[in-house]
Amino acid sequence: MATIPNSIFTPTTAARFDKLATIYPVKRSALVPMLLYAQDEIGYVSDPVVAEIAQRLDLLELDVRNVLSYYSMLRTVPAGKYNVQVCTNISCMLRGGFELLDHCKHTLGIGHKETTPDGLFSLEEVECIGACCWAPAVQVNYDFHDDLTPEKMDAVLDSYRAREPK
Amino acid sequence: MADVTFIVDGKTLTAPAGTLLIEACKSHGIEIPAFCYYPGLSLQAACRMCVVRIEKQPKLATACTTTVAEGMNVTTESPEIAQARKATLQLLLGNHPLDCPVCDAGGECELQDMTFKYGAADSFYAEPKNHRDEQKWSPVVYFDRPRCILCYRCVRMCGEGMDIFALGVQNRGSSSVIAPNIPAQLSGVVENGTELAQLDCEQCGMCIDACPVGALTSGTYRYKTRPWEMNHTATVCTHCGDGCKTTLGVRSVSDGSEIVRGDNRDKSGMNGDFLCNKGRYAFDFANNIERLTSPLIRKDGKLTPVSWDEALTFAGNKLRDLRQDRGPNSIGVIGSNRTTNEENYLLQKFARTVIGTNNIDHHRTADFVTLATSLQGATGRFASQHDVEKSPAILLVGGDPTNQAPLTAWNIRTNVRHNNARIYIANHEGIKLRRQAKAFVQVAPFGYGAFIESLKADNDFAKSLHAEEQLVVVVGNELRGGELASLIKALPHAKFALLADYANSRGASDMGLLPDVLPGYQSLAGSTIANEYAAADTPGLDLLAMFDAAAAGNLSALYVVGSNPVKRYGIDAVTLKSTFLIVQDLFLTETAALADVVFPAANLYEKSGSVTNSYGDLQLVSKAADKAGTRSDFELIVRLAGHMGHDLKTLVPFGKGLRSDMGQSRGAQSGEADRHSVWMTANNLEPKTSPFDPFAILDEIQRLVPGYDKLLRLQLLSGNDQHISPSASGLVQITTSRKDLVLPSADTLFTSGSLTRYSPMLQDVQRHQSTEVADHLASAD
Repeated sequence: MATIPNSIFTPTTAARFDKLATIYPVKRSALVPMLLYAQDEIGYVSDPVVAEIAQRLDLLELDVRNVLSYYSMLRTVPAGKYNVQVCTNISCMLRGGFELLDHCKHTLGIGHKETTPDGLFSLEEVECIGACCWAPAVQVNYDFHDDLTPEKMDAVLDSYRAREPK
Repeated sequence: MADVTFIVDGKTLTAPAGTLLIEACKSHGIEIPAFCYYPGLSLQAACRMCVVRIEKQPKLATACTTTVAEGMNVTTESPEIAQARKATLQLLLGNHPLDCPVCDAGGECELQDMTFKYGAADSFYAEPKNHRDEQKWSPVVYFDRPRCILCYRCVRMCGEGMDIFALGVQNRGSSSVIAPNIPAQLSGVVENGTELAQLDCEQCGMCIDACPVGALTSGTYRYKTRPWEMNHTATVCTHCGDGCKTTLGVRSVSDGSEIVRGDNRDKSGMNGDFLCNKGRYAFDFANNIERLTSPLIRKDGKLTPVSWDEALTFAGNKLRDLRQDRGPNSIGVIGSNRTTNEENYLLQKFARTVIGTNNIDHHRTADFVTLATSLQGATGRFASQHDVEKSPAILLVGGDPTNQAPLTAWNIRTNVRHNNARIYIANHEGIKLRRQAKAFVQVAPFGYGAFIESLKADNDFAKSLHAEEQLVVVVGNELRGGELASLIKALPHAKFALLADYANSRGASDMGLLPDVLPGYQSLAGSTIANEYAAADTPGLDLLAMFDAAAAGNLSALYVVGSNPVKRYGIDAVTLKSTFLIVQDLFLTETAALADVVFPAANLYEKSGSVTNSYGDLQLVSKAADKAGTRSDFELIVRLAGHMGHDLKTLVPFGKGLRSDMGQSRGAQSGEADRHSVWMTANNLEPKTSPFDPFAILDEIQRLVPGYDKLLRLQLLSGNDQHISPSASGLVQITTSRKDLVLPSADTLFTSGSLTRYSPMLQDVQRHQSTEVADHLASAD
């Protein structure tokens, strides 16, 4: 296994990656989990992330980019601190998902895959997030907010704003 | 595998079990259309064009992934299948621009042909087409995104075929796109404020050839002409010693005909569809404006254009006078690695019979003399290029085929991929082919002697080599002389081949452009050729000794044909100040710039004849292009001999022969028949009518040169290759103390000796490659 000097990741993540590369029959199978963990740590999949993961898995950077570009949940530009993911698949759509999306666009003043100027929020229209029973649902980072209306959405957004030091 | 019998369109066919249906049909003349299927590459089954109806299967099946089975009943054309294919085409055309009138592929586009056949030109899609501007990925590779039909042929060709993996597919669905290995944000190339993605690879252009549409286009050909406006000639590439055929597309221009395109889509030669960067694009030196198009004579210290007559008369008279005044051995002749066998043979015959000296040599790039003498008398021990393609085991000692002999590298990779060939490599560098190797031995620099010793020892590498029953040994030009001989001795069961650097390096040796042996490595005294030439039997000066003699003021004249020794061997210009120098070449090279007379010569793409690749595979050279103001080296040598007052019939056997009263019983020639005429008659060959016909010399080569006596005219003329082994016996190993006589040219993928600087494409690619570096695994080191 390739040992990576001067890893760009924290020691914990680097150790986790060392292990990830060993637990699959084929090394490159670790690619998608690695990309996800890397994105959580760095905030997005940067060029240095691509380079290090390629090196860890004995892949070409091109191979990493091929996979990276396939998945819409992987980003190559930084997102806001809170990434608002609005579901517009069938259940959510029937229960007002699009209204919710439009409302977010309006209140945050940004569009799909865009970030507010203060870097606090970014907005994304996503496919099913598995919360159909409580549609319409929104995922902010890894938190779920369900059974929403535009008014409830405002409260959700405010709760995140409130977490910020004044 | 055992044969199976199956029915296609009502016809009963037979094919080995395991054959793909699409291939089985093709070999019986039934064409099944396909975009993604490409012979020799892995299967993709992405395009759905090859769907056929197989009895008892519920759905249409793809012929490219179905193997034939006993009793299978297949329908390849029916209204149902036509409808399925039409629907596929409509989907493909959903985003495909109909810019066929300006597209490079127009007229030879598979999508165009299929649309024509299945009539899917009218589309159901009203949405606007997803357009993106063309991208320049490198000086030779351009990408037009909207034309791409995502067949993945280029991706597989680059990865599996070339072992580079410079192309990938990014994004998904209808926004999928072929992507090069250097993303826009990392390339550092900015045009009009936009960063551009770039390609770091071997720039071979195989992706362009494989592309069924006009999505990938060639930087040197795009928007130049229409395919049907060119004439195509398949001829041998002039650059390395592998002997690839390149099919040149030529077009008439005011001063002859210029080459606009090179590729090998017609699979005309032993290289199949493969060509490297140089074979595909580096024909452009032929169209360079710096080409010499008029003879030059030095007048008042300056090279001045003169008429052919003036130049030839001047050079001829001068050579004749110098021969008379200072003796034939004061004159030297240097030949070329890129001229045809006929020209090489003629040049050494010119030196030996017209001038009367053995002072003839060429820039040697491999030690073929040692190969020939070490293997003399043995049969079947000279390897052909085809052996590298098919042999179950290959040992590569020295050399770097990826850079120096790209077809050899391609064949080795293909052999590994298709036949699981076992590759053993011993090299002082970790060459790229190491990735395909079963075993690799690191040799110390200049340590090949020790490696050969280790073959006698008890180690794993040696043991597995001795266990191989059919071993082909490909030897790089690090090994020569004694080392080469001992390697050959150490592996008595193997076939051998040497890697040399230019199109006819092997031919130059075989044809005797050497001071100490005659054509076919025959000795200077006692051999048939020696008797016929009645020339001196003492070895002449080699290339370096000629320049030593010149420095000492003992070389009265030097005749250099298609070679640039002044640059290659770092000769000081002062050396030649008292030597009458005649140079014939394409350009005013460092050597030509010092000359007293310069003749503008045609290049290998502008003449006919034959060449022998470094493996000894003989192939026909066909005239593709033409340049007004130049003449072939063959014609120039004959004319020069004529202007020296030589009887041309003794140089080139043409017309009715030397003595028409063949077999006469009285007179001065009694008992001495014209052997050439007798041989021609015995072989049912017609006498050639012109002294400028290279085939007149080919007749003599076939009559006199061992190895070439077995050549088959029909094979040659139909454009096939045939393997020549100089397997005469009685050869004498000439021991020479000067190892520097063999000077590898150290050419890479993007250089080709003195031609490099005259090829704008090679210059461009070198600049591109020096700035773009993808990452640690990509491209040739």
